[in-house]
Amino acid sequence: MTILVIAEHDNQSLKAATLNTVAAAAKIGGDIHVLVAGSGCSAAAQEAATLTGVSTVKVADAAHYQSQTAENLTALVMANASGYSHILAPATTFGKNLAPRIAALLDVAQISEITGVESADTFVRPIYAGNALATVQSADKIKVITVRTTAFDAVNRENAAKIESINPAADTAQSTLTNRELTKSERPELGAAKIIVSGGRGLGSGENYHKLLEPLADKLGAALGASRAAVDAGFVPNDYQVGQTGKIVAPQLYIAVGISGAIQHLAGMKESKVIVAINKDPDAPIFQVADYGLVGDLFEVVPQLVGAVG
Amino acid sequence: MKILVPVKRVIDYNVKVRVKADGSGVDLANVKMSMNPFDEIAIEEAVRLKEAGIATEVIAVSCGVAACQETLRTAMAIGADRGILVETDVDLQPLAVAKLIKALCDKEQPQVVICGKQAIDDDANQTGQMLAALQNWPQATFASKVVIADGKATVTREIDGGLETLQISLPAVVTTDLRLNEPRYATLPNIMKAKKKPLDTVKPADLGIDVTPRLTTLKVVEPPKRSAGIKVADVADLVNKLKNEAKVI
Repeated sequence: MTILVIAEHDNQSLKAATLNTVAAAAKIGGDIHVLVAGSGCSAAAQEAATLTGVSTVKVADAAHYQSQTAENLTALVMANASGYSHILAPATTFGKNLAPRIAALLDVAQISEITGVESADTFVRPIYAGNALATVQSADKIKVITVRTTAFDAVNRENAAKIESINPAADTAQSTLTNRELTKSERPELGAAKIIVSGGRGLGSGENYHKLLEPLADKLGAALGASRAAVDAGFVPNDYQVGQTGKIVAPQLYIAVGISGAIQHLAGMKESKVIVAINKDPDAPIFQVADYGLVGDLFEVVPQLVGAVG
Repeated sequence: MKILVPVKRVIDYNVKVRVKADGSGVDLANVKMSMNPFDEIAIEEAVRLKEAGIATEVIAVSCGVAACQETLRTAMAIGADRGILVETDVDLQPLAVAKLIKALCDKEQPQVVICGKQAIDDDANQTGQMLAALQNWPQATFASKVVIADGKATVTREIDGGLETLQISLPAVVTTDLRLNEPRYATLPNIMKAKKKPLDTVKPADLGIDVTPRLTTLKVVEPPKRSAGIKVADVADLVNKLKNEAKVI
C-alpha cells in the first residue's frame, strides 16, 4: 500500500495542514509519498523530506504550478496516480478545491474531512455540521480523502526522505490567477493557534472588534477569529470565520466574545480543549459548550481581562 | 447563454438534527426540508445574471426523491425559468450527482453551471468540482464575486488566507460561498407563477447513468457531548480558573 499526500505550500514552506495530513496517512499505514507541485518550490520539497514517516518526496517544478490551480494539479496527479492506494489532501480550501476533481477523473468517491481512520478502507467523518459522525467504507480501488487537520496531531520533523523530480504535466491553461490578497498578520495562523480570541455580533462594529479584541489577542499571543455574523456584518474579512463553512479549529483555549453560539459556529470550535464564553445573555447557547462562562457586558469585561492576564 | 443550477433538498438549517437510535442515519421523518442554503445563493446569482441581460435562461436541476419538486418550485419562485427533476429513491452520492448533471449539461449546453459549494447535510463539498472534472471545464469554487464578460468569468474566491481572483474560460463551473449575494424572498405572485413553469422529470436510467453508491455508511452516531461547565463570578475568578485549574494561560 502506498499513499500519496498532496502537500499544501506557498513554494517557500509547507502549510501546517500538510503535517496533519501526513499524520492521517501514517494512521492508514503503508509507504507515504508527498507530492510537492510548485514553481521554485525546492525549499518546500526539502521541508517535506524532513517529515516523519515520509519515504519519498516527488517534486514537480514548473512555472504553471506557481498558483497551484486545481486544473493543473489534477492533470499532474492523474499522470502519476498509478500504484497508489490512497490520495490524501488537507481539508482546507486548497484540498477541498482539488481532491474531488481528482476523484471524479479516477471514477471514485471522495471521502471528505475524515476525523478518524478505522482501517485502510473505513473512515469516520462528521456530517450535519458535526451533529452526527458517520463511519463510511469505500469499495473503490483508490481512496481519495481530505483530512480534517484538527483531528490528527502534526507529525514531527525528524526525517531525511529521498527527493525525486517528476515530469510536469502539460499546462491546461484553463484558469489564470490574476490577484491574491492574503490577510497580513503578525498573529499565529487561525488553524494552528494555541489560543484563539473570537468575536461575534455582540461587538457591534468592526471598530469595537479591533479595539477590544486585539489587545487581548496580543496579551495572550492568540489568533483572532469571528462568527459568521461578524464576518457578514463586515467587522473582519472572510478568512476569520470559524464554523461549519469556515475554518474548523481546536485550540487549547477558545475565548468566544459576544458570540451567541449557533450550531454552525459550534461545529467549527467545539473540539477546543477549553472554551470560555463571554456574553451578556445568560441563555445564549454558547454557554452550553463553554467550560467557563462569564455573563456580563463584554465592553466592561474584556478590558478587565486584558488587565488581569498581563 | 444558459445557466444551469443544481439544487438539493436538505434538512432545514434551523432544525436540530437527531441521530436514529439504531445508528442507521439521521431521523428525517416529519422534519422540515428546505433548499440547501448555498444552492439558494446559486439560484439568486443566476437570476441576477439573467436580470443583467447576461444570461438568457436559468435552468434549475434537482436529483433525488419526488419531493424535490418542491425545491425546484422554490428555485422557480426565485426566478429560474424551468426545472428538471432527475427522480430516484437511491441515496445519491456526489459522484453520481455530478454524472447526472453532466448528462444534462451535454443535452442543455449551458455556459455556466453554478453550484452551492457544499450541502449542509453531508457537508461533502464535492459535486461542483467533480462536474468540472468530468466536463474537463475550469472551476472557480467558493465564489464571493462573479463577473461574466467576453466569454470569460472573473471570480473572486474565499480562500483560507484571504481572497484570490481567477479568470477562467467558459463553459465553467462556479461554486458559491456565503457572501456572494443575499437571496431574495420569493413573493407570493412569484410563488404562484412558479407553479405554472415547466418541470420535466427524467430517471437516471434515461440518462444512462449508474447511480449505485460507492461508499457504504456502516453507522451514524452522535458525537461525544460536551457538557456545560460552570459560570464564573467575575474576571478575577475566570483568570484564576484558566491559570490554576485549566492551566491554559
